[in-house]
Amino acid sequence: MTTTLTDPTTSYLLPEGTREIPFREALREAMTLEMRKDPRIFLMGEEVAQYQGAYKVSQGMLDEFGPKRIIDSPISENGFAGLAVGAAMYGLRPIIEFMSWSFSLVAADQILNNVPKMLYMSGGQWGCPVVFRGNNGAGGQLGSTHSWTVEALYSNVPGLKIAISSCPADAKGLLTSAIRDEDPVFHLESERMLGDKGPVPEGDYAVPFGVAALRRGSWSGERNSDCTLVSFGRPVNFCLDAAEELAKDGIECDVLDMRTVRPLDIGSIVESVRRTNRIVVVDQCWPFASVASEVIAQVCERAFDHLDHQPLRVNTDDVPTPYAKNLEAEYLPHKGKIIAAVRKSLGML
Amino acid sequence: MPIRTVFKAQIDHLQILDENGVLDEKLAKDTLTDEQVVFLYEQMNICRHLDEVAFKLQRSGRMGTYPQNKGQEAAALGSGFAARKGKDWLVPCYRENAALFLHGLPMEKILLHWMGDERGNQIPEGVNVTPISIPIGTQMLHATGMAWAFKLRKEDRAVITYFGDGATSEGDFHEAMNFATTLNVPVVFFCQNNQWAISVPREIQMNSETVAQKAIAYGAHAIQVDGNDLFAVYKASKDALSRARSGGGVTLIEAVTYRLGDHTTADDARRYRDEAEVASWRAKDPIIRTRKYLEGKGLWNDTRQQEIEDRAKVIVAEVVRNAEGIESPSIDDIFDYTFETIDPELETQKRTLRTSSLGQKPEQAGLEAERR
Ligand SMILES: Cc1ncc(C[n+]2csc(CCOP(=O)(O)OP(=O)(O)O)c2C)c(N)n1
Ligand SMILES: [Mg+2]
Repeated sequence: MTTTLTDPTTSYLLPEGTREIPFREALREAMTLEMRKDPRIFLMGEEVAQYQGAYKVSQGMLDEFGPKRIIDSPISENGFAGLAVGAAMYGLRPIIEFMSWSFSLVAADQILNNVPKMLYMSGGQWGCPVVFRGNNGAGGQLGSTHSWTVEALYSNVPGLKIAISSCPADAKGLLTSAIRDEDPVFHLESERMLGDKGPVPEGDYAVPFGVAALRRGSWSGERNSDCTLVSFGRPVNFCLDAAEELAKDGIECDVLDMRTVRPLDIGSIVESVRRTNRIVVVDQCWPFASVASEVIAQVCERAFDHLDHQPLRVNTDDVPTPYAKNLEAEYLPHKGKIIAAVRKSLGML
Repeated sequence: MPIRTVFKAQIDHLQILDENGVLDEKLAKDTLTDEQVVFLYEQMNICRHLDEVAFKLQRSGRMGTYPQNKGQEAAALGSGFAARKGKDWLVPCYRENAALFLHGLPMEKILLHWMGDERGNQIPEGVNVTPISIPIGTQMLHATGMAWAFKLRKEDRAVITYFGDGATSEGDFHEAMNFATTLNVPVVFFCQNNQWAISVPREIQMNSETVAQKAIAYGAHAIQVDGNDLFAVYKASKDALSRARSGGGVTLIEAVTYRLGDHTTADDARRYRDEAEVASWRAKDPIIRTRKYLEGKGLWNDTRQQEIEDRAKVIVAEVVRNAEGIESPSIDDIFDYTFETIDPELETQKRTLRTSSLGQKPEQAGLEAERR
């Protein structure tokens, strides 16, 4: 089995010229740099041009690239998703912004039934290199219909790649890879994190798909951690907080940030589990048939003999996302739930 | 074979009360009585005040994102008043508060909803209003289905559904119009064309000169009305609703109005709208116009204005007190309201979550779960 290992001591060494910028600027930089080089790329979506982006991700891009490449669309999600398919079939490289991935459901036939199947159903002839991007996950009291986390639902479909970043550097690096990819990519962002800052390399910066980042712990094997925490997107940060807290009690965790759900770097997960013998997967989707379920199924298939405790999941509860503040906070994965799960996997509860 | 015209269409624009408060008596015949206009004018003032208070509540962190209705009260009231309370149904989006109140929705429900509480959408028994709909366009199909149910059940009702200009770009609008007309069900499509879909002006959303003409393609009746004119909105809605109920067909009403406020409290419209444009519409404010009309008829004066403003303050203050006085919802709600009957798996989650509440020791969660 080949495993690609990333070590925090190297993967965190960002190149010279790295400065701190928020997510939204990192995303903008990825699109802008690629658009300067590649005239085939255009950005379309609701409020992306005149308004400078509903969440200011595309601020200034209309000025730089003009209305033929930064295009405000009517409220027609199915329309612009389908239009992107045709444009991609004819050689363009569309980036489609959903104001929220919740609204991508209006475009389900295009993005699930056309985009990922076009290549296969044309016998390998018509590819569909479209990037669909936008906010994913509970944005903070947006109500059930506005708070979709789509990774579980969409990752079931073959032919799609799904990237989801936990820090601004990855946001830039993964979006850059998404735009360059020959296949369709769903790029999931978090409204809750758009303003969060982090170090981001200047200039050309791409993060390859299918390579997890070990955010805490070490591959070098000086001391194996007690438990493997696997997550993707925003909850990676909750895992880091939980790991910090647990460390005070002498419990060490590997924290693996998957970066892409599809492809899934199962090799790194298995490698960590071999050392820790315990795994907790933290996932902001509903539990049933979630990405966490998939990770755990694969771990059982590949590393069952290495497990000292049954794998555990921290998901949201199996209910629509609540609107009320107190209920939404209860419903989402958080540090407390992660700590409890790790302790349970260690037989400490 | 000579070329012949096989289809021609025209769209009429109806205005009865002009911007200066002058009424076209002939057109106004059999519309609103003086008493009714006074009542609706008072409602306008109360709703406007609620809107302003809601805005302030959001600014001071006491409420979530709120979409102001300011400037669109005549459209909501004229149409809502034309629907028969307790008989016809209203299927709204989110910018017609005044119509919902007319039909008996308690005002605190609207505040509670935007404060971020599902219970704001729990509509009291007997109030024929469906929950506020956030995904743009979806409710028009629900309205059509509801109307179909009336027809199958042979009930003497019609439904009026509300949406914005922007919503007519969604496939749902077109599919709803097509279903409604082919099934010939008692539904009225009421578009509040407030000229903007967030920052996108009507001309960029669509190439058609009017929203109303979109109805023509589906074989529906179409009319454009001055949406800030209570009389015109009322008349068009009343005609459309009775036509619908008598099996005479579906109508699309385009109420030409203007969103005087921001899209929501999360928006700042000054960034994309011309102050001159806003000013020109401020002059057409339905409150100003209706007041001029009433004053002209000797039905209104400064004293009465002061009275209604004072009354609005009292009413809205109580509504705010009521809405804020409601305790936070219980965690049980999220489990209890997912299915009609809770399943055993959710029952387990319900118990586990309760003990892992934020602020409690996380250990409790695991311990409780293990013991069972
Ligand atoms: C399916 C869907 N797409 C996008 C949005 C985001 N959104 C909320 S309101 C709005 C504009 C609606 O404009 P319009 O229909 O004219 O109604 P108005 O707000 O002007 O009353 C948009 C794009 C949404 N809620 N649902
Ligand atoms: Mg509008």
